Amino acid sequence: MNDILQGLSAAFRLIITFDGELAEITLRSFQVTLSAVAIGSLLGLPFGAWLAVNRFRMRRYTIAVLNALMGLPPVVVGLFVYILFSRSGPFGVLGLLFTPTVMIIAQVIIITPLIASIAHQAIRELWAEYHDLLLSLNTTKRQRIMTLIWDGRRALLTAALAGFGRAIGEVGAIMIVGGNIDHATRVLTTAIALETGKGDFALALGLGFILIGLAIVLNLAIHILSRTEQGGRW
Amino acid sequence: MRFSKIALATAFVMSASIAIAEEIKVAVTTSFHNSGLSDILLPAIAEDIGLDVQLLVVGTGQALRLGEAGDVDAILVHSRKAEDAFLEAGYGTHRREIMYNDFVLIGPNDDPAKIGSAENAASALTLISYAETPFVSRGDDSGTHKKERALWASAGLDDSTFESWYRSVGAGMGATLNTASGMNAYVMSDRASWLNFGNKGDLALLFSGDPVLFNQYAIIPVNPKLHTHVKNDLANALEEWLVSDRARVLIDGYTINGETLFTHNAVAE
Repeated sequence: MNDILQGLSAAFRLIITFDGELAEITLRSFQVTLSAVAIGSLLGLPFGAWLAVNRFRMRRYTIAVLNALMGLPPVVVGLFVYILFSRSGPFGVLGLLFTPTVMIIAQVIIITPLIASIAHQAIRELWAEYHDLLLSLNTTKRQRIMTLIWDGRRALLTAALAGFGRAIGEVGAIMIVGGNIDHATRVLTTAIALETGKGDFALALGLGFILIGLAIVLNLAIHILSRTEQGGRW
Repeated sequence: MRFSKIALATAFVMSASIAIAEEIKVAVTTSFHNSGLSDILLPAIAEDIGLDVQLLVVGTGQALRLGEAGDVDAILVHSRKAEDAFLEAGYGTHRREIMYNDFVLIGPNDDPAKIGSAENAASALTLISYAETPFVSRGDDSGTHKKERALWASAGLDDSTFESWYRSVGAGMGATLNTASGMNAYVMSDRASWLNFGNKGDLALLFSGDPVLFNQYAIIPVNPKLHTHVKNDLANALEEWLVSDRARVLIDGYTINGETLFTHNAVAE
Protein backbone atom coordinates (compact mmCIF):
# COMPACT_ATOMS: atom_id res chain seq x y z
CA MET A 1 0.00 0.00 0.00
CA ASN A 2 2.83 2.31 0.95
CA ASP A 3 4.46 1.59 -2.42
CA ILE A 4 1.38 2.86 -4.23
CA LEU A 5 1.47 6.17 -2.34
CA GLN A 6 5.17 6.50 -3.07
CA GLY A 7 4.40 5.74 -6.70
CA LEU A 8 1.85 8.53 -6.82
CA SER A 9 4.26 10.99 -5.25
CA ALA A 10 7.01 9.89 -7.66
CA ALA A 11 4.63 10.55 -10.54
CA PHE A 12 3.83 14.02 -9.22
CA ARG A 13 7.47 14.85 -8.65
CA LEU A 14 8.39 13.80 -12.20
CA ILE A 15 5.59 15.87 -13.72
CA ILE A 16 6.06 18.99 -11.61
CA THR A 17 9.82 19.15 -12.12
CA PHE A 18 9.20 18.49 -15.84
CA ASP A 19 11.83 15.79 -15.88
CA GLY A 20 13.73 15.93 -19.20
CA GLU A 21 14.23 12.20 -19.47
CA LEU A 22 10.56 11.55 -18.74
CA ALA A 23 9.55 13.96 -21.51
CA GLU A 24 11.90 12.17 -23.90
CA ILE A 25 10.65 8.63 -23.26
CA THR A 26 7.03 9.80 -23.18
CA LEU A 27 7.37 11.50 -26.55
CA ARG A 28 9.01 8.38 -27.97
CA SER A 29 6.21 6.21 -26.59
CA PHE A 30 3.65 8.35 -28.38
CA GLN A 31 5.71 8.66 -31.55
CA VAL A 32 6.02 4.88 -31.86
CA THR A 33 2.46 4.06 -30.85
CA LEU A 34 0.71 6.77 -32.87
CA SER A 35 2.70 5.86 -35.98
CA ALA A 36 1.78 2.21 -35.47
CA VAL A 37 -1.91 3.11 -34.97
CA ALA A 38 -1.91 5.29 -38.12
CA ILE A 39 -0.37 2.54 -40.26
CA GLY A 40 -2.44 -0.17 -38.59
CA SER A 41 -5.64 1.80 -39.26
CA LEU A 42 -4.71 2.42 -42.89
CA LEU A 43 -4.33 -1.33 -43.33
CA GLY A 44 -6.89 -2.68 -40.89
CA LEU A 45 -9.94 -0.45 -41.42
CA PRO A 46 -10.29 -0.97 -45.20
CA PHE A 47 -9.54 -4.65 -44.77
CA GLY A 48 -12.25 -5.01 -42.12
CA ALA A 49 -14.74 -3.21 -44.37
CA TRP A 50 -13.72 -5.27 -47.39
CA LEU A 51 -14.31 -8.47 -45.39
CA ALA A 52 -17.78 -7.24 -44.42
CA VAL A 53 -19.02 -6.51 -47.96
CA ASN A 54 -17.39 -9.38 -49.80
CA ARG A 55 -18.54 -12.96 -49.93
CA PHE A 56 -15.90 -15.50 -50.87
CA ARG A 57 -15.18 -19.14 -50.20
CA MET A 58 -12.64 -18.89 -47.41
CA ARG A 59 -14.39 -15.96 -45.71
CA ARG A 60 -15.35 -17.84 -42.55
CA TYR A 61 -11.81 -19.14 -42.10
CA THR A 62 -10.28 -15.76 -42.81
CA ILE A 63 -12.45 -14.17 -40.14
CA ALA A 64 -11.70 -16.93 -37.64
CA VAL A 65 -7.95 -16.51 -38.22
CA LEU A 66 -8.24 -12.74 -37.99
CA ASN A 67 -10.07 -12.99 -34.67
CA ALA A 68 -7.49 -15.43 -33.36
CA LEU A 69 -4.68 -13.07 -34.37
CA MET A 70 -6.16 -10.45 -32.01
CA GLY A 71 -4.51 -12.46 -29.29
CA LEU A 72 -1.06 -12.60 -30.91
CA PRO A 73 1.51 -12.90 -28.12
CA PRO A 74 3.65 -9.74 -28.39
CA VAL A 75 6.78 -11.52 -27.26
CA VAL A 76 6.50 -13.96 -30.18
CA VAL A 77 5.93 -11.09 -32.61
CA GLY A 78 9.00 -9.41 -31.11
CA LEU A 79 11.13 -12.49 -31.60
CA PHE A 80 9.83 -12.97 -35.14
CA VAL A 81 10.55 -9.35 -36.11
CA TYR A 82 13.94 -9.58 -34.41
CA ILE A 83 14.89 -12.61 -36.52
CA LEU A 84 13.72 -10.87 -39.70
CA PHE A 85 15.64 -7.66 -39.01
CA SER A 86 18.69 -9.14 -37.31
CA ARG A 87 21.92 -8.55 -39.23
CA SER A 88 21.92 -12.23 -40.10
CA GLY A 89 18.23 -12.17 -41.07
CA PRO A 90 16.63 -11.42 -44.46
CA PHE A 91 16.19 -7.68 -43.80
CA GLY A 92 19.43 -7.30 -41.85
CA VAL A 93 21.06 -5.11 -44.49
CA LEU A 94 18.60 -2.33 -43.67
CA GLY A 95 20.25 -1.95 -40.26
CA LEU A 96 16.90 -1.17 -38.65
CA LEU A 97 17.23 -3.34 -35.54
CA PHE A 98 17.20 -1.39 -32.27
CA THR A 99 15.61 1.69 -33.84
CA PRO A 100 12.13 3.17 -33.30
CA THR A 101 11.25 2.17 -36.89
CA VAL A 102 11.42 -1.53 -36.15
CA MET A 103 9.43 -0.98 -32.94
CA ILE A 104 6.69 0.55 -35.09
CA ILE A 105 6.80 -2.44 -37.45
CA ALA A 106 6.37 -4.88 -34.55
CA GLN A 107 3.45 -2.90 -33.14
CA VAL A 108 1.75 -2.67 -36.54
CA ILE A 109 1.82 -6.47 -36.70
CA ILE A 110 0.35 -6.71 -33.21
CA ILE A 111 -2.49 -4.20 -33.59
CA THR A 112 -3.59 -4.51 -37.24
CA PRO A 113 -5.58 -7.74 -36.68
CA LEU A 114 -7.28 -6.14 -33.68
CA ILE A 115 -8.22 -3.01 -35.62
CA ALA A 116 -9.37 -5.03 -38.64
CA SER A 117 -11.45 -7.38 -36.52
CA ILE A 118 -13.28 -4.65 -34.60
CA ALA A 119 -13.77 -2.69 -37.84
CA HIS A 120 -15.23 -5.79 -39.46
CA GLN A 121 -17.75 -6.28 -36.64
CA ALA A 122 -18.86 -2.66 -36.81
CA ILE A 123 -19.08 -2.46 -40.60
CA ARG A 124 -20.94 -5.74 -40.86
CA GLU A 125 -23.88 -4.33 -38.90
CA LEU A 126 -23.83 -1.12 -40.88
CA TRP A 127 -23.69 -3.10 -44.12
CA ALA A 128 -26.85 -5.02 -43.19
CA GLU A 129 -28.57 -1.64 -42.89
CA TYR A 130 -27.08 -0.09 -46.06
CA HIS A 131 -27.11 -3.19 -48.22
CA ASP A 132 -30.30 -2.54 -50.26
CA LEU A 133 -29.69 1.18 -50.58
CA LEU A 134 -26.13 0.86 -51.84
CA LEU A 135 -27.08 -1.90 -54.27
CA SER A 136 -30.03 0.05 -55.66
CA LEU A 137 -27.77 3.05 -56.25
CA ASN A 138 -25.64 0.78 -58.41
CA THR A 139 -22.44 1.62 -56.48
CA THR A 140 -19.09 -0.02 -57.13
CA LYS A 141 -17.46 -2.13 -54.39
CA ARG A 142 -14.95 0.63 -53.77
CA GLN A 143 -17.70 3.21 -53.32
CA ARG A 144 -19.56 0.91 -50.94
CA ILE A 145 -16.48 0.39 -48.78
CA MET A 146 -15.72 4.12 -48.71
CA THR A 147 -19.35 4.94 -47.77
CA LEU A 148 -19.38 2.36 -45.00
CA ILE A 149 -16.06 3.57 -43.60
CA TRP A 150 -17.20 7.18 -43.62
CA ASP A 151 -20.61 6.52 -42.10
CA GLY A 152 -19.16 4.11 -39.57
CA ARG A 153 -16.34 6.44 -38.58
CA ARG A 154 -17.38 6.62 -34.92
CA ALA A 155 -17.25 2.85 -34.50
CA LEU A 156 -14.00 2.76 -36.46
CA LEU A 157 -12.56 5.33 -34.09
CA THR A 158 -13.16 2.78 -31.34
CA ALA A 159 -11.25 0.22 -33.40
CA ALA A 160 -8.30 2.60 -33.75
CA LEU A 161 -8.41 3.46 -30.04
CA ALA A 162 -8.41 -0.23 -29.13
CA GLY A 163 -5.28 -0.56 -31.26
CA PHE A 164 -3.78 2.43 -29.47
CA GLY A 165 -4.61 0.86 -26.11
CA ARG A 166 -2.91 -2.39 -26.99
CA ALA A 167 0.17 -0.70 -28.45
CA ILE A 168 0.82 1.92 -25.77
CA GLY A 169 0.89 -0.66 -22.99
CA GLU A 170 2.91 -3.22 -24.90
CA VAL A 171 6.34 -4.19 -23.62
CA GLY A 172 7.25 -7.72 -24.74
CA ALA A 173 7.84 -7.04 -28.43
CA ILE A 174 9.44 -3.61 -28.24
CA MET A 175 11.80 -4.79 -25.52
CA ILE A 176 13.21 -7.40 -27.90
CA VAL A 177 13.34 -5.38 -31.12
CA GLY A 178 14.04 -1.98 -29.54
CA GLY A 179 16.45 -3.14 -26.87
CA ASN A 180 15.43 -0.46 -24.34
CA ILE A 181 18.49 1.67 -25.22
CA ASP A 182 18.75 4.84 -23.17
CA HIS A 183 18.19 7.96 -25.34
CA ALA A 184 17.48 5.80 -28.41
CA THR A 185 14.69 3.27 -27.99
CA ARG A 186 13.58 3.53 -24.36
CA VAL A 187 9.84 4.10 -23.98
CA LEU A 188 7.55 4.30 -20.94
CA THR A 189 6.74 0.60 -20.72
CA THR A 190 10.32 -0.62 -21.12
CA ALA A 191 11.45 1.97 -18.55
CA ILE A 192 8.82 0.59 -16.15
CA ALA A 193 10.14 -2.94 -16.70
CA LEU A 194 13.69 -1.70 -16.08
CA GLU A 195 12.83 0.10 -12.82
CA THR A 196 10.84 -2.91 -11.58
CA GLY A 197 13.93 -5.04 -12.21
CA LYS A 198 15.95 -2.65 -10.08
CA GLY A 199 13.40 -3.00 -7.29
CA ASP A 200 12.55 0.72 -7.52
CA PHE A 201 8.80 0.15 -7.35
CA ALA A 202 7.98 3.79 -6.58
CA LEU A 203 9.54 5.11 -9.78
CA ALA A 204 8.12 2.20 -11.82
CA LEU A 205 4.61 2.85 -10.49
CA GLY A 206 5.05 6.58 -11.00
CA LEU A 207 5.87 6.02 -14.67
CA GLY A 208 2.88 3.67 -14.84
CA PHE A 209 0.51 6.31 -13.49
CA ILE A 210 1.86 8.80 -16.02
CA LEU A 211 1.28 6.29 -18.82
CA ILE A 212 -2.31 5.65 -17.75
CA GLY A 213 -2.95 9.37 -17.27
CA LEU A 214 -1.66 10.25 -20.73
CA ALA A 215 -3.73 7.50 -22.34
CA ILE A 216 -6.86 8.94 -20.68
CA VAL A 217 -5.98 12.49 -21.77
CA LEU A 218 -5.41 11.38 -25.36
CA ASN A 219 -8.69 9.44 -25.52
CA LEU A 220 -10.59 12.40 -24.06
CA ALA A 221 -8.95 14.79 -26.49
CA ILE A 222 -9.97 12.61 -29.44
CA HIS A 223 -13.57 12.43 -28.27
CA ILE A 224 -13.72 16.19 -27.76
CA LEU A 225 -12.11 16.95 -31.12
CA SER A 226 -14.33 14.51 -33.00
CA ARG A 227 -17.38 15.67 -30.99
CA THR A 228 -18.39 12.14 -30.06
CA GLU A 229 -19.95 10.99 -26.82
CA GLN A 230 -21.22 14.42 -25.83
CA GLY A 231 -24.39 15.07 -23.86
CA GLY A 232 -27.62 15.65 -25.78
CA ARG A 233 -26.47 13.66 -28.75
CA TRP A 234 -26.86 10.04 -29.58
CA MET B 1 53.30 12.97 -14.06
CA ARG B 2 54.84 12.31 -17.44
CA PHE B 3 52.57 9.32 -17.89
CA SER B 4 49.41 11.31 -17.29
CA LYS B 5 50.55 13.85 -19.87
CA ILE B 6 51.01 11.09 -22.41
CA ALA B 7 47.60 9.69 -21.49
CA LEU B 8 46.10 13.14 -21.94
CA ALA B 9 47.81 13.55 -25.28
CA THR B 10 46.61 10.15 -26.46
CA ALA B 11 43.10 10.95 -25.31
CA PHE B 12 43.30 14.22 -27.22
CA VAL B 13 44.57 12.57 -30.38
CA MET B 14 41.90 9.91 -30.13
CA SER B 15 39.13 12.44 -29.62
CA ALA B 16 40.43 14.34 -32.62
CA SER B 17 40.51 11.27 -34.82
CA ILE B 18 37.04 10.12 -33.81
CA ALA B 19 34.24 12.46 -34.73
CA ILE B 20 31.94 13.49 -31.89
CA ALA B 21 28.91 11.32 -31.13
CA GLU B 22 29.76 8.23 -33.09
CA GLU B 23 27.52 5.42 -31.97
CA ILE B 24 28.49 1.96 -30.91
CA LYS B 25 26.17 -0.78 -29.68
CA VAL B 26 27.38 -2.97 -26.85
CA ALA B 27 25.45 -5.87 -25.33
CA VAL B 28 26.01 -5.95 -21.56
CA THR B 29 24.62 -8.12 -18.80
CA THR B 30 21.89 -7.00 -16.45
CA SER B 31 24.21 -7.36 -13.47
CA PHE B 32 26.62 -4.82 -14.97
CA HIS B 33 23.88 -2.33 -15.76
CA ASN B 34 21.96 -2.76 -12.49
CA SER B 35 25.12 -1.86 -10.59
CA GLY B 36 24.83 1.73 -11.80
CA LEU B 37 28.46 1.76 -12.96
CA SER B 38 27.40 2.43 -16.55
CA ASP B 39 25.91 5.78 -15.45
CA ILE B 40 29.42 6.80 -14.40
CA LEU B 41 31.36 5.31 -17.30
CA LEU B 42 29.20 6.27 -20.28
CA PRO B 43 29.36 10.07 -19.79
CA ALA B 44 33.13 9.81 -19.22
CA ILE B 45 33.52 7.81 -22.45
CA ALA B 46 31.46 10.34 -24.37
CA GLU B 47 33.59 13.14 -22.97
CA ASP B 48 36.99 11.50 -23.49
CA ILE B 49 36.71 9.81 -26.88
CA GLY B 50 33.41 11.15 -28.20
CA LEU B 51 31.80 7.75 -28.31
CA ASP B 52 28.07 7.36 -27.72
CA VAL B 53 27.85 3.85 -26.23
CA GLN B 54 24.37 2.40 -26.60
CA LEU B 55 23.84 -0.40 -24.12
CA LEU B 56 21.61 -3.38 -24.79
CA VAL B 57 20.94 -4.78 -21.38
CA VAL B 58 20.25 -8.49 -21.75
CA GLY B 59 21.25 -11.81 -20.21
CA THR B 60 24.59 -13.36 -21.13
CA GLY B 61 22.89 -15.92 -23.38
CA GLN B 62 21.10 -13.24 -25.38
CA ALA B 63 24.22 -11.03 -25.44
CA LEU B 64 26.17 -13.84 -27.09
CA ARG B 65 23.38 -14.37 -29.63
CA LEU B 66 23.36 -10.66 -30.48
CA GLY B 67 27.11 -10.83 -31.01
CA GLU B 68 26.87 -13.94 -33.18
CA ALA B 69 24.24 -12.29 -35.38
CA GLY B 70 26.34 -9.11 -35.67
CA ASP B 71 23.61 -6.97 -34.13
CA VAL B 72 26.05 -5.36 -31.71
CA ASP B 73 29.65 -4.17 -32.11
CA ALA B 74 31.00 -5.67 -28.91
CA ILE B 75 29.84 -7.65 -25.89
CA LEU B 76 30.76 -7.17 -22.23
CA VAL B 77 29.88 -10.34 -20.32
CA HIS B 78 31.05 -12.58 -17.50
CA SER B 79 30.93 -16.27 -18.33
CA ARG B 80 34.34 -17.63 -19.20
CA LYS B 81 33.24 -20.91 -20.78
CA ALA B 82 30.63 -19.29 -23.00
CA GLU B 83 33.10 -16.56 -23.97
CA ASP B 84 35.73 -19.11 -24.98
CA ALA B 85 33.19 -20.98 -27.09
CA PHE B 86 32.17 -17.67 -28.69
CA LEU B 87 35.79 -16.92 -29.60
CA GLU B 88 36.50 -20.44 -30.77
CA ALA B 89 33.59 -20.25 -33.20
CA GLY B 90 35.18 -17.10 -34.64
CA TYR B 91 32.44 -14.66 -33.63
CA GLY B 92 34.79 -12.38 -31.73
CA THR B 93 38.26 -11.03 -32.46
CA HIS B 94 39.70 -11.43 -28.96
CA ARG B 95 38.83 -11.32 -25.28
CA ARG B 96 40.15 -8.63 -22.93
CA GLU B 97 39.59 -8.83 -19.19
CA ILE B 98 38.44 -5.53 -17.71
CA MET B 99 37.39 -5.92 -14.09
CA TYR B 100 35.78 -8.24 -11.58
CA ASN B 101 33.18 -8.07 -8.90
CA ASP B 102 31.89 -10.85 -6.68
CA PHE B 103 28.80 -12.89 -6.03
CA VAL B 104 27.16 -12.96 -2.63
CA LEU B 105 24.62 -15.23 -0.97
CA ILE B 106 21.49 -13.46 0.21
CA GLY B 107 18.86 -14.90 2.51
CA PRO B 108 16.34 -14.26 5.27
CA ASN B 109 17.68 -12.12 8.09
CA ASP B 110 17.35 -14.91 10.69
CA ASP B 111 19.29 -17.31 8.44
CA PRO B 112 17.42 -20.63 9.08
CA ALA B 113 20.07 -22.65 7.20
CA LYS B 114 22.90 -20.99 9.18
CA ILE B 115 25.05 -20.24 6.17
CA GLY B 116 26.48 -17.11 7.78
CA SER B 117 29.18 -19.15 9.50
CA ALA B 118 29.90 -21.47 6.55
CA GLU B 119 33.55 -22.02 5.65
CA ASN B 120 33.18 -21.65 1.91
CA ALA B 121 30.56 -21.18 -0.77
CA ALA B 122 30.14 -24.91 -1.42
CA SER B 123 29.41 -25.68 2.22
CA ALA B 124 27.00 -22.72 2.43
CA LEU B 125 25.02 -24.17 -0.47
CA THR B 126 25.16 -27.64 1.09
CA LEU B 127 23.65 -26.20 4.28
CA ILE B 128 20.80 -24.66 2.26
CA SER B 129 20.11 -27.99 0.55
CA TYR B 130 20.08 -29.83 3.93
CA ALA B 131 17.70 -27.30 5.46
CA GLU B 132 15.57 -27.38 2.27
CA THR B 133 14.74 -23.73 2.78
CA PRO B 134 13.41 -21.95 -0.34
CA PHE B 135 16.14 -20.94 -2.78
CA VAL B 136 15.40 -18.84 -5.85
CA SER B 137 17.51 -19.50 -8.92
CA ARG B 138 17.85 -17.25 -11.97
CA GLY B 139 17.21 -20.26 -14.20
CA ASP B 140 17.79 -18.21 -17.36
CA ASP B 141 21.13 -19.62 -18.51
CA SER B 142 22.78 -16.27 -17.74
CA GLY B 143 26.33 -15.88 -16.49
CA THR B 144 25.07 -15.70 -12.92
CA HIS B 145 22.95 -18.81 -13.40
CA LYS B 146 25.87 -20.72 -14.91
CA LYS B 147 28.02 -19.70 -11.95
CA GLU B 148 25.34 -20.86 -9.52
CA ARG B 149 25.08 -24.26 -11.23
CA ALA B 150 28.86 -24.64 -11.15
CA LEU B 151 28.81 -23.94 -7.40
CA TRP B 152 26.13 -26.58 -6.76
CA ALA B 153 28.24 -29.01 -8.77
CA SER B 154 31.34 -28.14 -6.75
CA ALA B 155 29.34 -29.01 -3.62
CA GLY B 156 28.62 -32.41 -5.16
CA LEU B 157 24.94 -31.61 -5.74
CA ASP B 158 22.86 -31.80 -8.90
CA ASP B 159 20.46 -28.87 -9.16
CA SER B 160 18.15 -30.73 -11.54
CA THR B 161 17.20 -33.21 -8.77
CA PHE B 162 16.16 -30.64 -6.17
CA GLU B 163 12.67 -30.69 -4.72
CA SER B 164 10.20 -27.82 -4.65
CA TRP B 165 12.33 -25.69 -2.30
CA TYR B 166 14.52 -24.91 -5.33
CA ARG B 167 12.62 -22.38 -7.40
CA SER B 168 13.91 -21.61 -10.85
CA VAL B 169 12.23 -18.42 -12.04
CA GLY B 170 13.85 -17.84 -15.44
CA ALA B 171 14.23 -14.10 -14.97
CA GLY B 172 16.81 -11.33 -14.75
CA MET B 173 18.71 -10.46 -11.57
CA GLY B 174 16.29 -7.74 -10.45
CA ALA B 175 13.18 -9.82 -11.00
CA THR B 176 14.82 -12.77 -9.23
CA LEU B 177 15.67 -10.60 -6.23
CA ASN B 178 12.08 -9.35 -6.18
CA THR B 179 10.87 -12.97 -6.12
CA ALA B 180 13.29 -13.92 -3.35
CA SER B 181 12.22 -10.87 -1.36
CA GLY B 182 8.57 -11.87 -1.76
CA MET B 183 9.21 -15.48 -0.68
CA ASN B 184 11.84 -14.61 1.92
CA ALA B 185 14.10 -17.11 0.21
CA TYR B 186 17.83 -17.60 -0.31
CA VAL B 187 19.29 -16.33 -3.57
CA MET B 188 22.70 -15.78 -5.17
CA SER B 189 23.30 -12.31 -6.59
CA ASP B 190 26.19 -10.23 -7.75
CA ARG B 191 27.13 -7.72 -5.07
CA ALA B 192 26.39 -4.69 -7.23
CA SER B 193 22.82 -5.68 -8.06
CA TRP B 194 22.18 -6.47 -4.41
CA LEU B 195 23.49 -3.13 -3.10
CA ASN B 196 21.51 -1.19 -5.69
CA PHE B 197 18.36 -3.21 -5.15
CA GLY B 198 15.54 -1.16 -3.69
CA ASN B 199 13.15 -3.84 -2.41
CA LYS B 200 15.30 -5.74 0.12
CA GLY B 201 12.46 -6.50 2.53
CA ASP B 202 13.62 -8.95 5.18
CA LEU B 203 16.63 -10.16 3.18
CA ALA B 204 20.25 -9.68 4.20
CA LEU B 205 23.71 -10.44 2.84
CA LEU B 206 24.73 -13.64 4.63
CA PHE B 207 27.82 -15.03 2.90
CA SER B 208 30.58 -13.59 0.74
CA GLY B 209 34.35 -13.52 0.30
CA ASP B 210 35.12 -17.00 -1.03
CA PRO B 211 37.50 -16.51 -4.01
CA VAL B 212 35.42 -18.89 -6.15
CA LEU B 213 32.70 -16.24 -6.05
CA PHE B 214 34.82 -13.74 -8.02
CA ASN B 215 33.23 -12.76 -11.28
CA GLN B 216 35.44 -11.66 -14.17
CA TYR B 217 34.08 -9.27 -16.78
CA ALA B 218 35.62 -9.18 -20.25
CA ILE B 219 34.96 -7.31 -23.46
CA ILE B 220 34.88 -9.10 -26.81
CA PRO B 221 34.70 -7.05 -30.03
CA VAL B 222 32.55 -8.75 -32.66
CA ASN B 223 34.53 -10.13 -35.58
CA PRO B 224 34.36 -7.72 -38.56
CA LYS B 225 35.35 -10.55 -40.91
CA LEU B 226 31.97 -12.18 -40.29
CA HIS B 227 30.00 -8.94 -40.21
CA THR B 228 31.53 -6.18 -42.30
CA HIS B 229 29.18 -3.54 -40.90
CA VAL B 230 30.36 -3.82 -37.28
CA LYS B 231 32.36 -0.85 -36.06
CA ASN B 232 35.49 -2.68 -35.08
CA ASP B 233 37.67 0.44 -34.82
CA LEU B 234 35.19 1.98 -32.39
CA ALA B 235 35.01 -1.26 -30.40
CA ASN B 236 38.80 -1.22 -30.14
CA ALA B 237 38.75 2.43 -29.07
CA LEU B 238 36.22 1.54 -26.38
CA GLU B 239 38.42 -1.34 -25.23
CA GLU B 240 41.47 0.95 -25.06
CA TRP B 241 39.48 3.36 -22.93
CA LEU B 242 38.26 0.59 -20.61
CA VAL B 243 41.80 -0.59 -19.90
CA SER B 244 43.11 2.95 -19.44
CA ASP B 245 44.04 4.57 -16.14
CA ARG B 246 41.07 6.88 -16.35
CA ALA B 247 38.74 3.86 -16.38
CA ARG B 248 40.73 2.28 -13.54
CA VAL B 249 40.17 5.31 -11.33
CA LEU B 250 36.46 5.50 -12.11
CA ILE B 251 35.81 1.77 -11.71
CA ASP B 252 37.85 1.31 -8.52
CA GLY B 253 36.38 4.49 -7.07
CA TYR B 254 32.75 3.52 -7.64
CA THR B 255 31.06 2.76 -4.33
CA ILE B 256 27.56 2.23 -3.00
CA ASN B 257 27.05 2.87 0.71
CA GLY B 258 30.82 3.04 1.04
CA GLU B 259 31.36 -0.41 -0.46
CA THR B 260 33.62 -0.88 -3.46
CA LEU B 261 31.89 -2.93 -6.13
CA PHE B 262 34.35 -3.53 -8.93
CA THR B 263 38.08 -4.10 -9.08
CA HIS B 264 39.78 -3.05 -12.30
CA ASN B 265 42.27 -5.73 -13.33
CA ALA B 266 42.89 -5.03 -17.02
CA VAL B 267 46.50 -5.30 -18.11
CA ALA B 268 47.83 -2.65 -20.45
CA GLU B 269 49.45 -4.23 -23.49
